[in-house]
Amino acid sequence: MVNTETDPKHRYLQAARALNSQLPGHRAWIKALRERASARFDAVGFPTMRDEAWKYTNLASLVRQPFHAVSDATPLTREQLERLLPNAFDAFRLVFINGRYRPELSNPPHVDGREIARPLADALDRDAEALEPHLGQVVSIEAHPLAALNTAFLADGAYVSLPEGVALERPIHLIYVATADALAQPRALIVARSGSRATVVEQYVGIDESRYFTNAVTEVVLERGARVEHYRLQTESRLGFHVNGLHVRQHENSEFISQAIDLGGLLVRNDLYALLDAPGASCSLNGLYVADGRQHVDNHTYIAHAKPRCTSREFYKGVLDGRGRAVFNGRVVVQPDAQRTDAEQINNNLLLSEDAEIDTKPELEIYADDVKCSHGATVGQLDLDQLFYLRSRGVDDAQARDLLTFAFANDVLRRFRIAPLRAMLEHSITTRLLRGRKLRELELI
Amino acid sequence: MLSIKNLHVRVDDKPILKGIDLDVKAGEVHAIMGPNGSGKSTLAHVLAGREGYEVTEGTVTYQGKDLLSLSAEQRAREGIFLGFQYPVEIPGVSNIYLLKAALNAIRKHRGEEELDAIDFLARVREKLKLVDMSEDLMYRSVNEGFSGGERKRNEILQMAVLEPRLALLDETDSGLDIDALKTVANGVNALRTPERAVVVVTHYQRLLNYVVPDVVHVLVQGRIAKSGDKGLAHELERRGYGWVESAARA
Repeated sequence: MVNTETDPKHRYLQAARALNSQLPGHRAWIKALRERASARFDAVGFPTMRDEAWKYTNLASLVRQPFHAVSDATPLTREQLERLLPNAFDAFRLVFINGRYRPELSNPPHVDGREIARPLADALDRDAEALEPHLGQVVSIEAHPLAALNTAFLADGAYVSLPEGVALERPIHLIYVATADALAQPRALIVARSGSRATVVEQYVGIDESRYFTNAVTEVVLERGARVEHYRLQTESRLGFHVNGLHVRQHENSEFISQAIDLGGLLVRNDLYALLDAPGASCSLNGLYVADGRQHVDNHTYIAHAKPRCTSREFYKGVLDGRGRAVFNGRVVVQPDAQRTDAEQINNNLLLSEDAEIDTKPELEIYADDVKCSHGATVGQLDLDQLFYLRSRGVDDAQARDLLTFAFANDVLRRFRIAPLRAMLEHSITTRLLRGRKLRELELI
Repeated sequence: MLSIKNLHVRVDDKPILKGIDLDVKAGEVHAIMGPNGSGKSTLAHVLAGREGYEVTEGTVTYQGKDLLSLSAEQRAREGIFLGFQYPVEIPGVSNIYLLKAALNAIRKHRGEEELDAIDFLARVREKLKLVDMSEDLMYRSVNEGFSGGERKRNEILQMAVLEPRLALLDETDSGLDIDALKTVANGVNALRTPERAVVVVTHYQRLLNYVVPDVVHVLVQGRIAKSGDKGLAHELERRGYGWVESAARA
C-alpha cells in the first residue's frame, strides 16, 4: 500500500496538479501535454537500477529527499548573481530562479524590435502556435521519465527563436539558479530557422552549497542550414542533484555543436539525444566531466543517423579523482536509410586515484551498409612516456603530473570558441584538479 | 665532464649493458655506434634518468656529481639534454608552454632570473631560424600532428633554447631526409663550444659527415668493443659491424 502523502512520486504529481490551473498557456494542447506527461510519470515513476538505461546510476538518495516545487519569487540580487558567475562573459542574459524567469536580472536580445529569446511563460500565453510543432515534440517523454516529470510542470523557461538567416554574434547565456530544497525544473526550447546562427550557453548554478534537485529539459530544432553552438555548463552546488535532457532534431545541412561540461553536483545524469533527420546534417558533441569526492556523473548520449550523408563526431573525456564515479554510455545508431554516414566516437578517461571508477560503454549499431564508423574508449593513468618527456626537460614530477592532468582536460576546453568562458573553465579545472596549485605559464597555452 | 665506469644495466631482469667505460670531456663530441640491440638507446636513457632501468654495477660521475642519484628533472636542470628517437605527442600542452616551463626550471636551478615574455620569445625566434621551423608550430601541442622530420627539428630547437652542457642525441638522424639532416647537424654544431659536450648515438655514419666526432665508439652486446677517431666511422660504413662483432666475441 503506497502512502500517497509521503511517496515522492505522488507528492510531486499532486503538486503539479495543484499548480495546473495557475500555469500559463490556455490552449488545449498545452494542458493535454502536461496531463499526458503526468500520466506517464505516474505510470513509470522514478527510474531504478533495474532499468537498463539507469543500470549504474541510483536515484534512491534523490527520491528520498523532500524537494519542493516552488513557484514563489525567491529574492536574488544582482550582486548575489554575479558572485555565482565568476569571470562572466559578454552575452545576452536570461536568468531563471527555480525555473522562473527574472526580468530584473536579464537582458534578452532583440532583432528588428522582436525579442528573439524570451520567457516560455510569455510565449505559452501569447505565441502558442509557434511553440506547438516543437515543444514536447523533440523529447520523448515516453522514453525519459524525468522529462515527463519536467513536462508535467511545464510553465516557464527559455524560448529562443532565431529568425531565418539571422546570425547572432553575441552568445545567449541562459542562467538557471536553484535554491535550497527546491525542485527546479528549467525548460528551454531553441528553434533555429533556416540559415540562422547562434551560440547558446545554458548554465546551471546553485546558491551556496545547498541541496536541491534540478531537473532540466532542453529541446533544440535546427532547420535547413542552421548552425547552433550549444554549451551546457553544469556548475551546480556540490550537494545538488542534476538531471538534464538535451534533445536535438536536425534538418538538412544543419550543424549542431554541443560543448558540455560537468564540474558540480553530487549526483548528475545527462541524456543527450541528437536526431540527424535530414541529409547532410552534422553534429559534434564534446564533453568533459570531472568528478571527485563522492560525485557521480552519468552521461548517456544517443546519436541517431536517420538519413543519408550525415556526420557525427563525439569526443568525451573524464577526469576522476577521490571516490568520484562516472558513467559514459554513448550510443550511435545508423538506421537503414542512413547510407554514407560518417560517425566517430571517442571516450577517454583519466583515473587519478585508486578509488575512482568509470563505467564506459560505447555502442555502435549499424543497419546500413555504406558507412564509415569508428568508436573507442580508454581508461588509464597518466602516460609515462609523456611524463618522462616533460621531466627530461627539467619540469619536476609534480608539475609534470599537474600539467598532463590539465592538458588532458584542456584538450576539450580548447575547442570552446568563447575565450572568457575558456579562461573561466581553465581556472575551475586547475582549482579542482590541481587543488589550487598554479600552472604559472598558463597564459601561454 | 662525464665519466662512466663499469656500468651494468638490466631491463626486465635481462642484462643489456655489461660493463661500459666511457669518458667524455668538455668540448668533445662522441659518437656511439653499433648494431641494433647493442644497448645504445639504453645507455642514452639511463644517463637521462628514465625509470625501469636497473643499474646493477658501476658508477656514473657527471661534473663531479653521482649522476645515478639524481632524478630525471634534476639531471635536466644540471644541463643534461636527451634528444629522443621517438618524441611523444602531448595534446593540450603547447610547445611554447613546455619550452618556457623547462627553461625557467633550469634557470631557477642555476640561480638565474626567469626570462620575461619578450626576452623569452626573442630567444625562441632566434633558435627557430636555426632549425628552420615556423613560429606557428610553437602554439600547437607538443609534437601533435608533427611529421617525423618536424619532431626531430623540434628536439633540436628545444636543445638550442635550453643550451645544455651535455647533449645526448638518440638516433636523431633516423628517418630524416638530407635537408632535415643538415638542419639537425647545424643545430648540433651551433652548440659545440669548449664548455659543452655532445654524445651522438647513431646506427649510421651519415650524420657524422656533418657533425664530425672527436671519438667514435662501437657498442656491441652491451660493451664498448672498439674506440677510435672519425676514421672508425668511415671504416664501419665500408665494412659493416660484422668484423667488430667477431672481434668482440673472439
